[in-house]
Amino acid sequence: MLDFYGTTLCNGLMLGTAQYPSPAVLADAFKRSAASVATVSLRRESGQERAGQDFWQLIRDLGVHILPNTAGCHSVKEAVTTAHMAREVFDTKWIKLEVIGEEDTLQPDVFGLVEAARILSEDGFQVFPYTTEDLVVADRLLQAGCEVLMPWGAPIGSGLGLNNVFGLRSMRAHFPDVPLVIDAGLGLPSQAAAAMELGFDAVLLNTAVAKAGDPARMAEAFATAIQAGQLANAADPMEPRDMAAPSTPVIGKAFLE
Amino acid sequence: MKIQLNGASIEAQVTTLADLLEAEGFGRAKVATAVNSTFVPAAARADHALKDGDSIEVLAPMQGG
Repeated sequence: MLDFYGTTLCNGLMLGTAQYPSPAVLADAFKRSAASVATVSLRRESGQERAGQDFWQLIRDLGVHILPNTAGCHSVKEAVTTAHMAREVFDTKWIKLEVIGEEDTLQPDVFGLVEAARILSEDGFQVFPYTTEDLVVADRLLQAGCEVLMPWGAPIGSGLGLNNVFGLRSMRAHFPDVPLVIDAGLGLPSQAAAAMELGFDAVLLNTAVAKAGDPARMAEAFATAIQAGQLANAADPMEPRDMAAPSTPVIGKAFLE
Repeated sequence: MKIQLNGASIEAQVTTLADLLEAEGFGRAKVATAVNSTFVPAAARADHALKDGDSIEVLAPMQGG
């Protein structure tokens, strides 16, 4: 089963809540995909408009697990402070820890990430670190207290899929017992299926669904692909080979020349 | 006193962070607060005195990926 810090999830789809055409479309996407986790954020609130309050009610009504993020944070201090604020508002120990290190790729600052992960883990947070497929960094994150790793598939919002299949496969092989989530970069359900076929436990995505022409239908497509990939991985796929091998038996073939 | 509230400069006639939230219409809204980049838990707002030049962030749930 999918166990994240002692919480069992019913499926491997973690879905973002940003960029949907409307709140109704967002809710429909969650309904049709049965996503188990919703990622959320914190932003400045206006005392007059109080837009965040309506959004919070919408998310609560979805009945899914809440995973707050530290999106947009570029320093350890900023990320740690945001995490504390998120823990109070969302009443959860879970935090999707992002410490951004590069603007063009939104690549994580892995040095700051490890430091922030250590601080937060020691403070009782259950950290979901947005990281790269670097095995040394992954090991440091585990030492820092993380029990989940979330390597990127490709840069956030790019839709490029799994940019480094070799690296991701290595990560799965090196950490067979650690829940692994592909976070960011997916554009198509086939890419999510590929991630699950590699043995990943879940995928986290947002833009691919929210920016699709029909977000709810795309969400369902991702959910189906994740299920297919998971099933395929459990079924122990065949080893690829370079040479052809006839699948139809040769023995008993008629001699017709 | 003059303070910064979510990046905007305002004049506030309040003593504590809790007073400020009440005066600015947040009431019982689900928000988290920070003063001068330091998190101030909800339970500490009533005792957190504000001073001229303080920078206050009031954050609420928002869409995220």
